[in-house]
Amino acid sequence: MAPKFHGVDFYAIDSLLSEEERAVRDTVRTWVDEQLIPVIGDAYIEGRFPKQLIPGMAELGLFGANLPEEYGCAGLNNVAYGLIMQELERGDSGVRSFASVQGALVMYPIYAFGSDEQKKRWLPEMATGRAIGCFGLTEPDYGSNPAGMITVARETKDGWVLNGAKMWITNGSTAHVAVVWAKTGAQNDPASIRGFLVPTDTKGFSAKDQKGKLSLRASDTSELVLQDVHLPKEALLPKSGGLKSPLMCLTQARYGISWGALGAAMACYDEAVSYAKNRVMFNKPIGGFQLQQARLAEMLTEITKAQLLVLQLGRLKDQGTMTPQQVSLAKRNNVSMATDIARETRRLLGANGILAEYQAMRHLANLESVYTYEGTHDVHTLVLGQEITGISAFE
Amino acid sequence: MRIAVCIKRVADSETRVKVAGDGRSLDDAGVKFILNPYDEFAVEEALQRKEKAGAGEVAVLALGGPAAQETIRTALAMGADRGILLQTDAVPADGFVTAQAIAQELKAGGPWDLVLFGKLAIDDYNAQVGPMVAELLDLPCVTAVSHLTIEGSAVTAEREIEGAVEVVQCSLPAVLTTDKGVNEPRYPALKGIMAAKKKPLEVKPVTLGGGSIEVLEMAPPPARKDGKIVGEGAAAVPELVRLLREEAKVL
Repeated sequence: MAPKFHGVDFYAIDSLLSEEERAVRDTVRTWVDEQLIPVIGDAYIEGRFPKQLIPGMAELGLFGANLPEEYGCAGLNNVAYGLIMQELERGDSGVRSFASVQGALVMYPIYAFGSDEQKKRWLPEMATGRAIGCFGLTEPDYGSNPAGMITVARETKDGWVLNGAKMWITNGSTAHVAVVWAKTGAQNDPASIRGFLVPTDTKGFSAKDQKGKLSLRASDTSELVLQDVHLPKEALLPKSGGLKSPLMCLTQARYGISWGALGAAMACYDEAVSYAKNRVMFNKPIGGFQLQQARLAEMLTEITKAQLLVLQLGRLKDQGTMTPQQVSLAKRNNVSMATDIARETRRLLGANGILAEYQAMRHLANLESVYTYEGTHDVHTLVLGQEITGISAFE
Repeated sequence: MRIAVCIKRVADSETRVKVAGDGRSLDDAGVKFILNPYDEFAVEEALQRKEKAGAGEVAVLALGGPAAQETIRTALAMGADRGILLQTDAVPADGFVTAQAIAQELKAGGPWDLVLFGKLAIDDYNAQVGPMVAELLDLPCVTAVSHLTIEGSAVTAEREIEGAVEVVQCSLPAVLTTDKGVNEPRYPALKGIMAAKKKPLEVKPVTLGGGSIEVLEMAPPPARKDGKIVGEGAAAVPELVRLLREEAKVL
């Protein structure tokens, strides 16, 4: 049994949090220690999402926690929401991904672009975990360039017909509802992209799990196929319009990822410190050697910087002034530093570092996906490059 | 059902505490404080009893400094209806002083069907205040309850005693102190944490009597001596047994 996690707080950052924010963080922290950590190693090895955790997560109110109470959500501010993501990913990126998709990629677009009927129909169901959602934007040939998507929605007399395929879809095979993005106009017209709510039992919709993943093994990742999927008019998210709409969802999710990656880094650092103090080699703890101390000092420095980064980002989001480029910077920095810390922890642990009994290699393998999804590290580099110079490197 | 739960803010047993400069108290700096774990059972029990009854009130009462409001809000986040803080500069060393203040408040705010405490606080391990309050209120008291049945006003409580389970009966109103096993405390849900802000929390400054106990000195326990390796493998067993018997005298 791993020792209890105490958090990393070298700069008294707790004093910048409100009592409620700390209470939320501590509740989720305890839940992760007691419910998630004990089961995650096996789930990861067996390559399955630990579904049994869903009711507990829902009971705590983790799904769409920053959405309003009138839809059965907790109505938290964005810093508290970020702290939830931090603690969940301290457990496992796959479990955090589950919550991110449910909240930021499905509940958020229903909340932001949906009709009143759609909100009432889905949000309370999803907050209680009775309905699970997935988000279909990426396609086999359109990852970093979603504007090129080929999934189409053709308007008929009484509704829509969708055709196309989506790839790398978290929760795809477990979802009850999919938010699917499709072009309603010409192939070269990304402004015609609209969102659709597709119940996954609709004829013509199928989801197949992607096999052979060496990362995010405790998460379901699927390919969605839409073959002449007939939907009523009300399936359209009425306020969605253009590529901007799915990108707004991704900004929400990336915000949570910036916090989540920090959690994974903290878990690894905690493990590295504990191991360095206890593992004796050449008659003293390995933490007494300069090379390991340098590793630990570097980790603590990067975590502290990342903590301050996301906290200020959260305050900006709560003020309503956060920009997508600021989120790009945080996602890019925090996921990259977390991946580095996971790798260094893996190495500090020596041979033990490759075992599932320890966390580092699981986090490392997970973070390689997180590095790539929701805008790759490279794409965020170019987003920042464009922000700085005013010149797009994409076109 | 009207239920009062008396709780205490204590240092997390996982934190390393340091003795303060005066040598007679603990340094609060950097220490994480929590709702006393045995009191969590009391809060949970109160909530379950109220839910079962379908009506009533769960009031949470704490004695301590202003920071104890946070501890009260933890209980409110779990679902208690309102909180009362008897605000003092410090929690007195003499449990009887605390018991007198709590009993007075409970009398003023009563009558209660049930008054619950944790069986002890993990900071001083006194296990005194609950039974003292029962005595001051002239109510029956069962301590360290690990299983509880209430039918009408008939209370059947089980206590785990050395090598056996003791079954005790009394009638409501009563004072009970809760032990591990009586229930599984819930996590305060996020909505509960937000709702807790809006629930009433009354702060009442109280002046306490002196009491008859004074803390003279606090010191950490002496550092543990290095262990001794007797040998390796089965050959070392007789020597180990001999040392355990003759030196350590534990066999």
